Amino acid sequence: MAYSSYCLVCGGTGCESSKADLIYRELRRVAEERGVDNDVQIVKTGCFGFCEKGPIVKILPDESFYVDVKPEDATELIDEHVIKGRAVKRLMIKDKERKKHLETEDDINFYQKQVRVVLRNCGIINPEDITEYIAREGYAALEKVLFSMSDDDVIAELKTSGLRGRGGAGYPTWQKWKFTKDIKHTAEEVFVVCNADEGDPGAYMDRSTLEGDPHSVMEAMTIAGYTCGAHKGYIYIRAEYPLAIKRLQTAMAQAREYGLLGDDILGSGFNFDIEIRLGAGAFVCGEETALLASIEGERGTPRPRPPFPAVKGLWGMPTVINNVETWANIPMIILRGGEWFARIGTDGSKGTKVFALTGKINNSGLIEVPMGTTLREIIYDIGGGIPKKKQFKAVQTGGPSGGVITADHLDTPIDFDNLTKLGSMMGSGGMIVMDEDDCIVDVTKFYLEFSVEESCGKCAPCRIGTRKMFDILERITSGKGEMEDIDRLEAIAVSMKKASLCGLGQTAANPVLSTLKYFRNEYLDHIQNKRCPSGVCKDLVRYEIDAEKCIGCTVCARRCPVNCIAGERKTVHVIDQDACIKCGQCYDACKFDAVRIA
Amino acid sequence: MSTQTVETATFSDELLKFIETWKDKRGNIIMIMHRIQQEFGFLPWDAMAHMAKLIDVPLAKIYGVATFYHYFKLEKPGRNKVAVCMGTACYLKGARDLIDELSNLLDVGVDETTEDGEFTVESVRCVGCCGLAPVVMVGDEVYGKIGPDGLPEILAKHRSAATEGA
Amino acid sequence: MAKMTLEELRKLRDEKRLELNRRKVDEKTIEVIVSMGTSGIAAGAKETLQAFIDELNQHGITNAVIRQSGSLGLDHAEPTIEIHMKGMPDTIYGSVTPAVVTEIVDRHILKKELVDKHVFDRPAPDIIKE
Repeated sequence: MAYSSYCLVCGGTGCESSKADLIYRELRRVAEERGVDNDVQIVKTGCFGFCEKGPIVKILPDESFYVDVKPEDATELIDEHVIKGRAVKRLMIKDKERKKHLETEDDINFYQKQVRVVLRNCGIINPEDITEYIAREGYAALEKVLFSMSDDDVIAELKTSGLRGRGGAGYPTWQKWKFTKDIKHTAEEVFVVCNADEGDPGAYMDRSTLEGDPHSVMEAMTIAGYTCGAHKGYIYIRAEYPLAIKRLQTAMAQAREYGLLGDDILGSGFNFDIEIRLGAGAFVCGEETALLASIEGERGTPRPRPPFPAVKGLWGMPTVINNVETWANIPMIILRGGEWFARIGTDGSKGTKVFALTGKINNSGLIEVPMGTTLREIIYDIGGGIPKKKQFKAVQTGGPSGGVITADHLDTPIDFDNLTKLGSMMGSGGMIVMDEDDCIVDVTKFYLEFSVEESCGKCAPCRIGTRKMFDILERITSGKGEMEDIDRLEAIAVSMKKASLCGLGQTAANPVLSTLKYFRNEYLDHIQNKRCPSGVCKDLVRYEIDAEKCIGCTVCARRCPVNCIAGERKTVHVIDQDACIKCGQCYDACKFDAVRIA
Repeated sequence: MSTQTVETATFSDELLKFIETWKDKRGNIIMIMHRIQQEFGFLPWDAMAHMAKLIDVPLAKIYGVATFYHYFKLEKPGRNKVAVCMGTACYLKGARDLIDELSNLLDVGVDETTEDGEFTVESVRCVGCCGLAPVVMVGDEVYGKIGPDGLPEILAKHRSAATEGA
Repeated sequence: MAKMTLEELRKLRDEKRLELNRRKVDEKTIEVIVSMGTSGIAAGAKETLQAFIDELNQHGITNAVIRQSGSLGLDHAEPTIEIHMKGMPDTIYGSVTPAVVTEIVDRHILKKELVDKHVFDRPAPDIIKE
């Protein structure tokens, strides 16, 4: 026996805390009372991600979307909507500008906040079946380019689109292509390269794109080959991404079989093929000149620019190099036109950006939003807010080359230029949310440790500078910092910015500069008061039990791994400070907030 | 420097064939090294020397490349690779504690192998499962959302599996 | 498959599109899509896929197509799957362990009711309308 409608109650943590469970039970009770419990099924679901308006109730199949629902609304929802089939307008989201009640979620801003261009096929097609890609307009852009566009047409379309490189720096893609195109007749050979050496800790959008939709990248590379006169392309991918490599290999074999790679593609007379080259775990190889050195089989150290790869790249030949996400945009731009693309995004940054949203966030995952979306929308509407009702502290973007964005800037529209203005950068798209429990100095140290390990050692400012900065941060977090350390950090940062050879060194100081700008007080706390406000830096932490709050439940004493908490049942417990290893288990375990960080 | 060696005769036919097809390609060194490491689990000294002869490249160059990239190992790894993800999300959610606990339990530091050759502990960069942070991988198996408490069980599982298999 | 000409590519595209669309409206077909990206597999998507194959066999359900795709992006809810079938709304389920698969086959597919607590929502509708 089938139900005629379904009533979904959001059971995400946000809504759950705002009485979703009560609503759920009320709905069931009323449905039973009215004798319609066989017609409507009431279920609890995962988070809809629209926590600011929670609790949410959605009724299928008409997709009505109710917000701010209270338990007492249950009767009306069942009576009006389920039984009589009339929408309860009062509970629908109000859009002041349009002055009408919106009825289905497609109309709600939140669901329009994600726009899928790059991830258009991810999770929809089978990446190991080329025909499914073809069915979704796959290789239609290549078709258009090969049979109806000149090289100048392609570049003009890219120019109109305003597409900028998604690898981090945001250089206009059409310019890179044009440099190469202009000299293609004088060059002995031209190459196309895809940078899939995604190394930022906390970023994995390129991997997901290649795993979910490998053909889009290959199609775009072939288009670049046609435009810029290349017959050979390389995909440089991390060896740590075995699944993406396998899917690419499958996709390439199928494309060759169908005549979409190889000689005389679709009978056009144009030849192009792609080869996979594996990275070997060096972050610096994400920098384009180092990457090219690595493809050549050398140690992956950067080369001075200019000359830029567009003019003198792989084996000294002109080379078009773009990152995965940039490539994945291109078939859509060709197919729908640069103008279509330019309508998405902000003045200086067109299109969308994929972010890997992780850290202290309820709905971690991959999202794609138009440029110009604010952090608030990303964190609270899409990401579902911070778990356990903790306070938002900052978001880190741009990985070891980026910086933090604080609560004051939650409403800044995110694009290349705004992020740079705030002292961070777009980077490849890792977005790590931090809450009050995270220590800014410690996180900065984490990034510096990364840069120390990954500095290739070729130029002194980066090799020595990262190490020196790391040492200073190590001192500060262990309680041995002095006031001059802040000046030292700033001085090193400036010289590294000016004198380093490649992007890695030039930006390695950004995490320090940015956190010093926005969280200077936290540094000062560590240095002057020998105190870590969030209780992360173990040398600076002291756990104490508040005698007034402790009820003597013994949970902390039982949890303590070194048995340093003394106390009988129902008496106040005490921590033996000499034996304490500051693991924080008691702090996490206490349900009465009696354990505090002194 | 590694003293671990391997008989050059142990290059499998597939490996020799692979080298043959790549021999004349430009920039082939790294790809061939990947293939050798796939066969031996690391880059034995003799294997690099043999490779140098096969493709006619100075051994110094191969060694230079091998030491530049983190992915290439010059020491024989343990039977189980225990990799703790040190991506930012995992770091924030306590990956450091996992490393500390592992060194406690196994009495080895990062990038070291236990005496019985069972486990090598590694810290790796983002394995891309940030939704499951913090993450530990043993071989190809991923364990997500685990705390230090969960480690002994995981190690036990793989230890016994390895001995049974032996 | 031999190398294609332009005409053959266009023909293949039209045919395949028709086939996929037909599957959507075909009353007889149940389509299960298992999201198999790295994060999905790490969370157990392979077991989920196998569980679907086993469960469907066990119930003698022969009109179901199981497909795999890349990641939907819902990392916090992996493994995720999507079901399309006549008479039920298109549904995404999250945290689908083999035990949940049993429940989904039993309740969603056979009894046509949603499975409590595992319904998730698509992160966004495609703006690229077909």
